Order: sequence, then C-alpha cells, then structure tokens
Amino acid sequence: MNVVVCVKQTPDSAAKISVEGGAVTWDTGLVLNPWDEYAVEEAIRLKEKHGGKATALCLGAEGAKEALKTCIAMGCDEAVLIADAALNGSDALATARVLAAALKKLGEVDIVVFGKQAIDGDTGLVPMAVARRLGWAPLTYTMHIEADPAAKTIQATRLLEQGKQVVTAKLPAVVGTVKEINEPRYPSFMGIRKAGKANIPVWSLADVGVDAASVGAAGSAVQWPNVYPPPAREGAVEIIDGSPEEAAAKLAEKLLADKVI
Amino acid sequence: MTLKIWVFIEQFQGNVQAASLEALGAAKSLGGAVTALAFGPGANALAQTAIQHGADEALAAEDATLNDFRVEAYAALVGKLAQEKGPDVILAAATTAGRDLLGALAVDLNTGCIADVIALKAAENSLQAVKPVYAGKLLAEVSFRAGKPQLISLRPRAFPKPEPDSTRTGTITTVAPALAEEAIGVKVQNYEVAAGQVSLSDAKIIVSGGRGVGGPEGFAPVRELAQTLGGAMGASRAAVDAGWIPYAHQVGQTGKTVAPDLYIACGISGSIQHQAGMRSSKVIVAINKDADAPIFKLARYGIVGDLFKYVPALTAEFAKRLGK
Repeated sequence: MNVVVCVKQTPDSAAKISVEGGAVTWDTGLVLNPWDEYAVEEAIRLKEKHGGKATALCLGAEGAKEALKTCIAMGCDEAVLIADAALNGSDALATARVLAAALKKLGEVDIVVFGKQAIDGDTGLVPMAVARRLGWAPLTYTMHIEADPAAKTIQATRLLEQGKQVVTAKLPAVVGTVKEINEPRYPSFMGIRKAGKANIPVWSLADVGVDAASVGAAGSAVQWPNVYPPPAREGAVEIIDGSPEEAAAKLAEKLLADKVI
Repeated sequence: MTLKIWVFIEQFQGNVQAASLEALGAAKSLGGAVTALAFGPGANALAQTAIQHGADEALAAEDATLNDFRVEAYAALVGKLAQEKGPDVILAAATTAGRDLLGALAVDLNTGCIADVIALKAAENSLQAVKPVYAGKLLAEVSFRAGKPQLISLRPRAFPKPEPDSTRTGTITTVAPALAEEAIGVKVQNYEVAAGQVSLSDAKIIVSGGRGVGGPEGFAPVRELAQTLGGAMGASRAAVDAGWIPYAHQVGQTGKTVAPDLYIACGISGSIQHQAGMRSSKVIVAINKDADAPIFKLARYGIVGDLFKYVPALTAEFAKRLGK
C-alpha cells in the first residue's frame, strides 16, 4: 500500500499571535500542524498493517523540512517538500491544485491522508478540493478506516454532526481525519536519528507541472489583505461574592436580566 | 444590482438544520434575490420552510440518490444548476456537508470559496467576509479577486435565525438529479445517530468542566446544571486528556469551537487554546478556586470559590426559577 500524508507547518497552538506592520507574527517556533499528527499516525498505521510505504508531502517554505522530519521521526519512510516563491499568497484552492499535481507525480498512490484543517488558515477546504481535482473518493471527517488493498476498497466511519456514518468506496481515496481516529505516537529515538539524516527532496512548481499563473496571489480567487486582532471583550469581570446560595441568587438574577437564559 | 444568491438548505432525516436558516437570513440581509436549494427526502416541505424563512423561490429535488448527503451527488446537481442559471453567490452553513459541498463546487466551477465566515457585507457586485484565523486569535477580512459564483460557508450561530412568516409564498421548481447511482463512488452503509444530546455547536447554553472537577464523578454537578438549563456539557482538554470525559465534549482549539449565548466554565483555568474555542460566547461565567486564573480576564461574571459548592447552588436556584 502506497500512502501519502499531506502536512503543513504552522505556529504552535500555544502561540500568542499578533499583527505588526500588517504581517502576522507569533512568539513560538513553527511546528507540524497539530491536526496533522493524527493524519501522520494513520498513514504509518496503514503502512504497518498492509505493508508498503508512507510518504509525507508538504507545501511550504524551506524551513518546513522540520515538520517533514517530525513525520519521518514518527515513522514515515520518505518526505517531499514543494517550495517555490511563486506559491506565496496561494489560497486553499491553489494549494489543492499543487498538491493534486504532486500526488499524480508520486504515482500509484492508494490513500492520501489529511488532518482536519491547518490552525492558521482554518479553512478545512484542501482535502475535499484535492479529492475533487483528482476524482478520487472523498472521505472527510473520518474517525476509522478499514482498507482492503487487494480488493482496492475502503470503508470509513465518518463523524458527522448527527452521529457516525459508515461509507464504502473504491481506492484511491482521499481521507480527511478527525482527532478521534487515533492517538499519535511520540517519535522514537531511532526515528529522530533517522530523520536527522534524511534527504528531503524539494520540488518546484515546474517539477510538479503547475503553471505559476494558477497559484500565488495572482492565481488565487480569494485574498485576505487585512488581518487584525479581534475586538477585546468589553469590561472587567464582575466578581460575585457571598455564600453559594447568595451568589447563585445574584448570578441567576443577572443572567436572566441579560436574557441569556 | 441585486445579487442572485443561492442558499443550500441542509436537512437531516427530514428536519431542516438551523444553521441553513441562519444562512437564509444572511442572504436576505444582503438584499439579494434568494433561491433555496432543497434536496433529499421531503424536499418540497423543506423548500416551503425555506420560503417561509425568507427565500423568494426554491429549486427542489427528491431522489434515492439524494437521500443521504453525498458530495458527489449534491455537487454534481448544484454545479449543473449553477452553470445553467448563473447565480452570483452560493451560501451554505459551515457544517460538514456545507463545507464539503462548497469545497467540491469551488473546484468544479473553478471559482473561489471562503469558509467559516462570521460577518458578510455586499460591496458593489462582490461580497466581503470576515472570518476567524489562527483559531480565532485573529480576524481576517477576505474578499474575492475573481470567480463566479462566490462560494461562502457561514459559521453556525454567527448569523441570526430569521423568524418564519407562514404567509410567504414562492415558486418551487422541481429539478432532476444530475448523477445516476452507478456514477456515485461513495455508498452509505449505515448511520448511527447520537441519541438526544444537545450538540455543542448548536447549543445556546454550555456548562463546561475542567481540571478542577478532579475526576469523572466531578462532572456530575456540571451535567446537572447543564440539564437544568437545557444546555450542552463541554470540557477542557485537560479533563478529556485525563480520561474523565469523552473527546466529543472538548471545547477549544483542537476540540470544538462554540458560540453559545451563555458559557459557564467550572474549574477551567482558561488556556489560550481553550479560549480560542469559546471566546465568541455572548456571556461567560467563570467559577474557579484560583482568583488568578486567566479565565477571569475573559469572563463577564466570576465566582472565586469551590465549584462543588457553587455549581449545585446554581442548579438549585435555576431549578426553582425555571420551575424544574
């Protein structure tokens, strides 16, 4: 089984994010997108169960190799970075276009795995857009997979708002995962050493056969020129004191007056 | 020029989803000519409901291939209709189905999509949106450089639900599905519906427990207050990671993002990641022993004290006042 997991490098979820001079800044390092850890774990489990190869694929800057090294340290066999200055300002659809082209180039892929969304853009659009572009089965919000590589079929349990839906489809498939799918492993010491020595090829747009005009700011339908902190919540907290019964009565009064109950 | 706005009306087992009605309200407030897309079982009744909530007309389709939402079937149909009729905008709620539908349509129609929007305004012939990024730590003004129709998914509970007007009428046009079953790759085997719980994303009231509840039994008073108030129960990541409550209840950056009218945080310190998930709540109440807990900076009302004393007192008070 040939599994590819698509990952992104983002700020840490604990980072304080702010805007300075029109650009977004953060106070911690960049990490493997937290939702992607579950996707990487699932890709490795699929390879361990069915044999074959797990490859991590990332679209990002040169520094994103660190996120790919995390994938190798966890157990991915190989990693590929797509980096090209022309990609700056790409929206989710342009990103999906490039990933789809790269997946075609990787050839013979059975399953592509994605995390739920990237914690910077938070669009969650890329997995479906990649599936649609490739014409592969779209299995988003998946919490459990059973694959049959010989029969080339896959069964997925999807976690939707109303409950769990079990679907089947033919391979190849694009699987978008949710946190319930597994518990990601910590990289082993041997894995970290292997990752440190890994050679991670870098592909340009030309390598994946995508025209620069269809990516980047100019090739994107959507733009977000203005980013700003949300308005601060007004007012300081009103501390309600007294015994439990007294405080409960005061608070109930206020909440009913606020019409939130 | 009046925008032609289509709104995808989602249903589950014949019941219209509230977030779709909110999207109708948003479409109406933009001054658009609004067409509802009502597909699946009971499509005609769904179309009627949509018209009563503000749609001017509806396109309805009912067919075995449309019984469950499958993106291949629904995107093929909406895409075909869009190419025939040329809407300016297609709105959907940012639910699993709405997001998938618009994501697929963006590729099929080679157009742009903005997901999970909390504010919308019309500027000339285009729409401008505001959406949270970096888990809501920042907001972004997003607009379209190009592409028609403009696809936008709206965050549930970010837009008000319109009041129905039973006197409203409009034309309902029946349309046929665009894809035969043989051409649809994904087959639905079964559906296990979660029984009777209030969903966190739809909840008007949420009572959450954190590390301070101390263990699975500690959630009992939290659950009782939630039930008395008719709300949902949430949890911080600390409580979920400790195994005291299932992940389905987790509110926060790697859990659910919620926007209730009232959020009561019990024994939750209020990490950046937890705040990212609940900061849009209208009124926040914090109950925590630690006066320095960050949650008090976010809360409107605070009680510095033992949740095991104050939460039951609140439950008793509301049971009295709400006649329960």
